[in-house]
Amino acid sequence: MARLILSGNLQQLAGGDSEVEIDAQNVKQLLRALSERYPALAPHLEQDSFAIAIDGEIFQDVWFAPIGPDSEVHLIPAIRGG
Amino acid sequence: MAKHHVTTTVNGDSVEFLCTTEQTLLDVLRDELFLTGSKEGCSSGDCGACSVMLDGRLVCSCLVLGVEAEGCEVETIEGMAHGEHLHPLQRVFIEEAALQCGICTPGILVAAKALLEKQPDPSETEVRFWLAGNLCRCTGYDKIVRAVLDAAAQMRAGAASSASGKSSIGNKPATARA
Amino acid sequence: MNDMTNPDVLARHLKIVGTRPSRPDGVDKVTGRAQFGADMYLPNMLTGRVLRSPHAHARIKSIDVSKAQALKGVKAVITSADFDDLPSEFIPAGEMMVNFRDMTRNVMAREKALYEGHAVAAVAAVSEAVAAQALGLIEVDYEVLPHVMDVDEAMQPDAPLLHDDMFTIGVEPTPAKASNIAKRVEFGFGDLEAGFAKADVVIEREFTTKPVHQGYIEPHACVANVSEDGQAELWCTTQGQFIVRAFCARLLGMEVSQLRVKASEIGGGFGGKTVVYLEPLALALSRKACHPVKMVMSRTEVLQASGPTSGSSMWVKIGATKDGRITAGDALLKYQAGAFQGSPVQPGAMCAFACYEMEHVRIVGFDVVVNRPKVAAYRAPGGPIAAFAVESVVDEIALRIGMDPVEFRLKNAAKEGTRAPYGPKFGPIGLVETLQAAKAHDHYKIPLKPNQGRGVASGFWFNIGGETCASMHVGEDGSVDLVVGTPDIGGSRASLSMMAAEELGIALEHVHPSVGDTSALGFNFLTGGSRVTFSSGMAVVEAARDVIAQLRERAAKIWEVPVEEVEWLDGRANFIGAGEPKSLTLVELAKSAGKTGGPIIGNAAINATGAGPSLATHLVDVEVDPETGKVTILRYTAIQDAGKAIHPAYVEGQMQGGAVQGIGWALNEEYIYDKHGHLENAGFLDYRVPVCSDVPMIDTVIVEVPNPNHPYGVRGVGETPIVPPMAAIANAVSHATGVRFTDLPMSPPRVLDAIDTEQAA
Repeated sequence: MARLILSGNLQQLAGGDSEVEIDAQNVKQLLRALSERYPALAPHLEQDSFAIAIDGEIFQDVWFAPIGPDSEVHLIPAIRGG
Repeated sequence: MAKHHVTTTVNGDSVEFLCTTEQTLLDVLRDELFLTGSKEGCSSGDCGACSVMLDGRLVCSCLVLGVEAEGCEVETIEGMAHGEHLHPLQRVFIEEAALQCGICTPGILVAAKALLEKQPDPSETEVRFWLAGNLCRCTGYDKIVRAVLDAAAQMRAGAASSASGKSSIGNKPATARA
Repeated sequence: MNDMTNPDVLARHLKIVGTRPSRPDGVDKVTGRAQFGADMYLPNMLTGRVLRSPHAHARIKSIDVSKAQALKGVKAVITSADFDDLPSEFIPAGEMMVNFRDMTRNVMAREKALYEGHAVAAVAAVSEAVAAQALGLIEVDYEVLPHVMDVDEAMQPDAPLLHDDMFTIGVEPTPAKASNIAKRVEFGFGDLEAGFAKADVVIEREFTTKPVHQGYIEPHACVANVSEDGQAELWCTTQGQFIVRAFCARLLGMEVSQLRVKASEIGGGFGGKTVVYLEPLALALSRKACHPVKMVMSRTEVLQASGPTSGSSMWVKIGATKDGRITAGDALLKYQAGAFQGSPVQPGAMCAFACYEMEHVRIVGFDVVVNRPKVAAYRAPGGPIAAFAVESVVDEIALRIGMDPVEFRLKNAAKEGTRAPYGPKFGPIGLVETLQAAKAHDHYKIPLKPNQGRGVASGFWFNIGGETCASMHVGEDGSVDLVVGTPDIGGSRASLSMMAAEELGIALEHVHPSVGDTSALGFNFLTGGSRVTFSSGMAVVEAARDVIAQLRERAAKIWEVPVEEVEWLDGRANFIGAGEPKSLTLVELAKSAGKTGGPIIGNAAINATGAGPSLATHLVDVEVDPETGKVTILRYTAIQDAGKAIHPAYVEGQMQGGAVQGIGWALNEEYIYDKHGHLENAGFLDYRVPVCSDVPMIDTVIVEVPNPNHPYGVRGVGETPIVPPMAAIANAVSHATGVRFTDLPMSPPRVLDAIDTEQAA
C-alpha cells in the first residue's frame, strides 16, 4: 500500500494523521480515497489545485500518474510560477 | 479641430503627415507613419523606449510634438541598417545576446549609436551613464554594455583599417554557429 | 512514449546544444520589425479606453453612460452589465483553478471599486481623443468607503472590510465573522519546541517588504476582433495565449475554440502577463461595436491597475547549535493579495526554508486582501519575499556563532534525499555546488574597504512542467518548421530549435521556429514557472523523435528492409544490416515523402513532469555612503544550477536580469500611496527601477547538475535568480553599517535614518 505523508494544513484537516496508508494505483484513486476517508479534506482537494509528489517526482494535474505499492506520496499545492 | 500638415524627413525620406496638436512625434511615427519600431513605455520621457534622433540630437519622441518635426530630420531604428547590412551595433547585439524580450532594444540602439558618433571610444562608465535614460528590465544591462563596448571597438578597427574611412560596416548576421 | 530521461547528458558529445548561436528572432528585434502588442493595426479599428475608479474603496451606486454613448464617434460603451456575474467557485480554466467571481470583478468592477484604478467602464471610439472625451461623460455615483492599505492593519478585527463574504479558509472552525483574511496555510513537520531546545543560538526577527511591480517596459496591449457571428480573434501581449483564451471565453460566454488568440512578441512579463485585464474588455467592446478594438494601457494605468507582487509582514525564528547546525525554523508570513484573494503566500511558505535540511520546521502563512490592485505573479512568486527574511536570519546566526556564511550554508544545505519542508524528498539538486563555487570564487577573496560590506544568500525555486504541445513539419526540401505554443520571452526559440537540430542531426539554420496561435496546437500552459526550455524542450524532442521514427520507416520502405536495420545519425538514415551500406539524407527523404506515404510531421502533446528545482547562491559587495545613505553595488556574482545550459548566453541573461530586478527590489522600488489610497508614484521617474548606471557587471557562474528527467538535463532557470538578491544585499548593507536591515526597500532616507539612529544610541 502506498504511503501518503501529510503535514501542515492537510495534516490538521486529516485529524492530525501524518502518515496514511492508501490503496490506490494512481492519483485519481488516491484523491478519491482520501476524500472518502477525510471528508474535511474533500473541499480543499477540489478547490485547490494539487500537485502530487510520487517518490520525489512531482506530477501536476496528472490523474493517472502511477503509484507503486511502496511509493511515498505527498500532496503539495500546485505551483504556477511567474 | 483641423489637423496640422507637417512636412519632414524620416530616415532620409521626405514625408508628409497630418496630426492633431496633442499628438506626439512618437504617436505620429507609430500611428500615422506605421514606423512601429519606436516603442511607448511610459509617455513621460523616463524609459527611453521611444528614443529617436531629431536633427542629430537624441530625444524621447514622446516628449516631442508631431508638429515640432516640421522641417527637421528624424532618424529612427528603422533607418539604422543599410539595406540588408546591419549596423555593427545591431549585429553585435545579436551575436552577444544583448537582448531578451527586445522591447527596449530599438531605443537602446538609437541611443548607443548616438553615443558612438559623439565618443567612439567610451569607457564603461560613459556607456552606463549615457544609457541611463534607457530602461531595460530583462537583461540587467550587463550584455548591453559589453555589446556597445565591443561594437565600438569593432567600429574603431574598421575605420582605422579602411583607407577612405568609409568601410563596409555591415554584415549579414550569422544565424548558425555550431 | 519516448523515454525522456537522460542521466548521461553531460557525457554526450553535443554539436549544437551548449553553444551560442544567434537567435532566430534577433534581426527583427534589432531593426524594429518585431511586432509587440501595440504594434498591430487593423482596418476599421477603434480605440478603447477604460474609466477607472479614483477611489481606493467605494460602493458603486450607479453608472450613467448615456451621454458617452451619445457622443459622436463613440461606437460602444460597456460596464459590468455587459459581463455575466459568475459564481464564487474555483473552476478549472486554462489548467488552473480560478475563482471567476473574483476575475470578472477585477476586470470590471461590479458592486464596489476596490482600488484606485479599478476599471468601472470602457468605451470604444473612432479616435483616442473621442474615447478620452467619452470617459469624461460617464457619470459614476460613488459612495466612498474607508480603505486599508497595509497587511497588518487589514488583519485587525475592526479594519475596513473589502468582501463581506470572506471567511478565512484554513482555520478550524471557520470564523463566523467576515474579515480580510482569505486563507491560512501551514507547512512543516517535527517538534519545534524540541528543536529550539537543542539550539545554542536562537534569533528571531520581524521583516516587512513593499509591493513591487514586475516592471515590464511594454504596457498591456491587445487588439480584439469579433465578427457578427461571434467568431473572435485576439492579438495580445501575453505569457500564455491559451490561458487568455480560457479566461476570456469564460468571461464572455464563448466556447474556447470560438476565440483564436495570437501572442504578439512580448516586451517583458515576469509573471505579470499571465492574467487578463484589457483583453475581455476589448472583446466585449468589439462584440458590441462590430469593429476591431485596440486597447493599450498607459504607464500610469499599468502601475495603478495591474498586479504587482505582494507586500509582506513576516516573522522568522531560527535556532542553531554553536557548531553551525540548524535545529529548528519557524516562520509567520503575512502577504497582501491586493483587492482579491490570491497572494503567493503558499509558494512563499513552501520555499522559505527549502535550501536547508530541516528536522523541525513550521511555516504559517496568511493571504490578506487590501485596497490595492490585485497581486499578479512576479518571478518565483512569494519566494524572494520569504527568502529575504530567512536568509537574513541565517546570516545573523552565522555571524553570531562566528562562522563564515557560506560554510554555514554548506553545513546545512539541502541535497538529494533531503526532505523539503513541504513534504517530498529532493532528487538531485545543485545547492552545494553553487556554495562551493561561491567559496572558490575570486569575488569572495577581494578585500573590503571602510563602509563596504559583503553579503551572501541562497535561493530555491521549484520550476514546473505542464501541458505542452509541439509540432515539427518537414518541408518538401528538408527544411523544418517547428511550431511551439509557449510565447518566447527571453530567447526560447533559439534553445528549442537548437534541441530540435541536435536531435535531427542537421544544421541549426534549417530549423525555423515559430510560436503558434491557439488554433495551431493543442493546449499549452503558459510561459512561466521557468518551464519553457524544460517542457517545450521535452515536447520538441519528442516531436523530433517522432519525425525520426517516420524517416526511418520511409528509408526502410525504400530499401525494402526491416526498420530495425535502419539507424538515424547526423541527419541521415543509414542501413546497418547485412549487405551494401546505404544512406539517405533528410533532404532526400523529404523530397520523396509524398510518394512514400505523405508529409512527414512529428507531434507531441504531453504533460511534462519531472521538472527539477534550480538553486542559487549570490555574492554581493556594497558600499554605503554614511552621509547620504546611498548604497552602491560594487560587485555582484550570481551562481546557479542550470541542469544543462542549452544556450549559455540566455541562461546568463536570466541570472543577470533577475539579479538586477532584485537589486531594485532591495534598494528602491516601492509603491507610495497618500492617505486617500492614491498612488503618488505611478510612473518610471518615481517608481525607480535600476538604470544602467546603477549597477555593475553581473558576473555569472553556471553549474550543471543535470536533471535526470529531461533528455538534455534541463532545469528551469528563469525565476531562481530573483530569490537571493534582497537578502544578499541586506546582509551586505548590514555588514557595511553594523545595523541589521529588516525592511525593504533600503532606500537612502531609510538607510541614513538607521545609521543615524544607531550612532545616536
